[in-house]
Amino acid sequence: MSEVEMMTPGEVFKAEVLEKYPPKLAKKRGRQIVVNEAAGGEVPEILANSRTAPGILTMRGCSYAGCKGVVLGPTRDVLQITHGPIGCGFYSWLTRRNQTKPHTAEAVNFMPYAMSTDLQEDEIIFGGEKKLKAAIDEAIALFHPKAIGIFSTCPVGLIGDDVHAVAREMEAKYPDVNIFGFSCEGYKGVSQSAGHHVANNKVFTDVVGLDDTPKQGKFRFNILGEYNIGGDAFEIERIVGKCGMTLHSTFSGNSTYEEFISAHTVDLNTVMCHRSINYLAEMMEKKYGIPWFKINFIGADSTAKSLRKIAEFFGDGELTKRTEEAIAEEMEKVEAVRKEIYERCKGKKAMLFVGGSRAHHYQDLLGEIGIETIAAGYEFAHRDDYEGRKVLPSIVVDADSRNIEELTVTADEKRYQPRISEAEKAKREKEGFAFSDYDGMMKQMKDKTLVIDDLNHYETEKLIEMYKPDLVCAGIKEKYVVQKQGVPMKQLHSYDYQGPYAGFEGAINFYKEIDRIVNSNAFRLAKAPWADSPELSASYGYTG
Amino acid sequence: MLLRHTPETLVERSALTVNPAKTCQPVGAMYAALGIHKCMPHSHGSQGCCAYHRSALTRHYKDPIMATTSSFTEGASVFGGQANILEAFANIFNLYDPDIVAVHTTCLSETIGDDLPQIINKAITENKIPPGKTVIAASTPSFKGSHITGYSNMVSAMIKYFARNTGKKNGCVNLIPTFIEPSDMAEIKHIAESMGAKYIMFPDTSDVVNGPMDGKFRMYPKGGATKEEIASSGDSILTIGLGRTGTLEPAKLLDTHCKVPAEIIDLPIGITATDEFVDLIRKTAGVSVPEEILLERGQLVDVLCDMNQYTYGKKASLVGDPDILVGLVRLCREAGMEILHVVSGTKAGPKFERKIKELAGEKTIVKTGAQADMFYFHQLVKNDKPDLILGNTYCKYIARDMDIPLVRTGFPIYDRVGHSYFPIVGYRGGLRLLEKILDALMDRIDRDASEEKVELVM
Repeated sequence: MSEVEMMTPGEVFKAEVLEKYPPKLAKKRGRQIVVNEAAGGEVPEILANSRTAPGILTMRGCSYAGCKGVVLGPTRDVLQITHGPIGCGFYSWLTRRNQTKPHTAEAVNFMPYAMSTDLQEDEIIFGGEKKLKAAIDEAIALFHPKAIGIFSTCPVGLIGDDVHAVAREMEAKYPDVNIFGFSCEGYKGVSQSAGHHVANNKVFTDVVGLDDTPKQGKFRFNILGEYNIGGDAFEIERIVGKCGMTLHSTFSGNSTYEEFISAHTVDLNTVMCHRSINYLAEMMEKKYGIPWFKINFIGADSTAKSLRKIAEFFGDGELTKRTEEAIAEEMEKVEAVRKEIYERCKGKKAMLFVGGSRAHHYQDLLGEIGIETIAAGYEFAHRDDYEGRKVLPSIVVDADSRNIEELTVTADEKRYQPRISEAEKAKREKEGFAFSDYDGMMKQMKDKTLVIDDLNHYETEKLIEMYKPDLVCAGIKEKYVVQKQGVPMKQLHSYDYQGPYAGFEGAINFYKEIDRIVNSNAFRLAKAPWADSPELSASYGYTG
Repeated sequence: MLLRHTPETLVERSALTVNPAKTCQPVGAMYAALGIHKCMPHSHGSQGCCAYHRSALTRHYKDPIMATTSSFTEGASVFGGQANILEAFANIFNLYDPDIVAVHTTCLSETIGDDLPQIINKAITENKIPPGKTVIAASTPSFKGSHITGYSNMVSAMIKYFARNTGKKNGCVNLIPTFIEPSDMAEIKHIAESMGAKYIMFPDTSDVVNGPMDGKFRMYPKGGATKEEIASSGDSILTIGLGRTGTLEPAKLLDTHCKVPAEIIDLPIGITATDEFVDLIRKTAGVSVPEEILLERGQLVDVLCDMNQYTYGKKASLVGDPDILVGLVRLCREAGMEILHVVSGTKAGPKFERKIKELAGEKTIVKTGAQADMFYFHQLVKNDKPDLILGNTYCKYIARDMDIPLVRTGFPIYDRVGHSYFPIVGYRGGLRLLEKILDALMDRIDRDASEEKVELVM
């Protein structure tokens, strides 16, 4: 057998793709396209969080998008001002579908508003701080917010506007308003990821910990990295409530400022999207002694598993009982739908290229209806999202990540209080209970599947051509590129304006949605019946 | 109330823009570049700009929007983006094989002062651009103008780089449309074609961003003006600019550059504006108006008259892009409607204001440019409640809060389809727009009527 015949499809794909690239780029992409080998327990190394080659049609966005759009975007009552020319503010306006439900009809909700300093040429030349201050004056007079976040765009960083100094000065002028700035200029880092980090840092230093009043209720915890796309957080809130736990705050879906400032009063942090918010979990543990672990509310089985883990953490008999009852009741509904849909979907093949945890989470959900993921990758992840946190010490910091501030956090003198003793933690860890850990996506993926970081258009086209998947999951920029080829595409950033997909109800929604997509007649109509039979070969008349 | 924080009392603002009624230049430049055949739009800046623009255009057109970026990181922002774009050229031509790369700048590359013509020259001298391929560039910083000026600047770049006066007239009329839908561009071509006029239209996004689904992805769909056509525009008899804000500058440039005289007319929305367009083609190209066009015109007038009782005296508030606004005001006025407010984030100048007041009367409130945003528009609407709002998707919050019907027009429309397939320009477009306005008003009558007043025939 020749060497080519012995290669797995993944290796063939990789070889074919790399051939087209110039040598330097090929070398780099070669480290970002990995044929998975999880069987031995040790996954191969992947290159992640590195620059996108200029000119490559990329799925990625920027630091501003990660900070303002993703992390702070869903905060209902923090007034957000984009400092810069009009574009960035305009584009981050409502398009991430962060749903929010104020407690009363009159309660504060700034979500449908987009505010910008709309910088003009003169301000780029002479500086925009004066205009920013005036904008804050006007915003306070009009909206009376409790807190204001200022988001820097590219030119603001270049002309040297100091948004932090402006924030301090304006806070002195308005002592009742918490004003803070984010240095999330679009050129920072290599993707949205840099902006997540910037957002985490500022929320940690300027927001969390301002109010020591705990929320009423038992078994209080936070969910970090849940942005309430399509109402996911509403469903999670429902389930958690049913189990008898108290969700103190969600960062940052359906969230309020009051919940943020007292978020350090809980006993546990759970992390949904590892990439966008693991920093905050780590820092809160160091400063306040709140342990954290990774959970996943995408997929019915994953939801059940996550609920059990949270209940186990609190170690209360009554809670465990109630949680099990809730799971059993919900699972009955889930199973009824799942069984029928499984029959129609099993054996189909999917590819997921999205976000910085979603490409992992949704594999569980697809697996529940028998859909196998044959290739997956993240848009803006780091190596730990792929290979697990155990690789953290070996991640090399390069020039592009060095410019994101790494905070030195120490235990709070008064408020540090380990929620679980070292001995107890060690005991539990020995029993297999993982704290502060994430195994990453690759360990769960089958051997020989493709794992690709920072997938680009050229590779997407090749993947579809070679594998002819039944379903591709990615974002809006990829959607119609895939669909024009007759392959259905599900957006997993915006959910194609549906949802929720989290929790039990969400799983049912998703099963039904995927059933519709992969079994829809519409996609089979893409090719006309005569497309494969040119007129020349057509026969007329009596052939009987 | 989704916009519960918007007070009725108008307060002057000088610094804060709330809910903008415009967006930035590069998105317009990217859209214009898609109207050149086999062209790859390229965004010179950090990759977020390109991602945002591609997302915005994709959400609006629901079709692939291909565009590349220089992917600036901090290094490029400090040392300049030359190395990035040279590397980008290599990758673009190697992987995507376009005939043309249309580069537009961003506020980032403009602030650091990247000199694109110089960089492109360097790329040419160093053979970084393959033979037969062209790179064009437009300066489109986001801290100036809006998506409309960005569009206009990219059209000017097409002229600057391609249009040539060979000294031999080609007998064509140049048609330069403002930032409108692919369906509108197709309708303009339809009118020129049915009249038998020889024409060159650019940009032309029809069949590019409203393409068919047939199982194949095409990086460069069949539509778009060719390089040769744009080159030949320098030999045309006349340039007709359709919509002043989006076409005046390129039309002027074609005049100074190639001595092709220009006429700037209103975007042909409604009867009289379309009449002016048809008449100008008729006179310039020396053709007569065919039966087909007369039929279309007659049908529009017919419906306008038949349904006049439902539109007459109805009050409308409009927000959007200046050229489309002028057209919409013309059609609404033809239907006997009153225009209460006209707002555009794009600074359109005193000529625009005069024009609107001429069409709609002195009482109409007109505001464009700084702080002419949707927040202000909403406040106006709160003060003087219209029967109908015409504007983009973002108006749905205002429409819902105020319980006023909305007809979606302009850019962006994220939440409805049809706009990229059915025009609003020309007589046929007028008919569709009128139908949408009537649907909105009549649905409202049906909804609000007491049971004894529900009419079967309307």
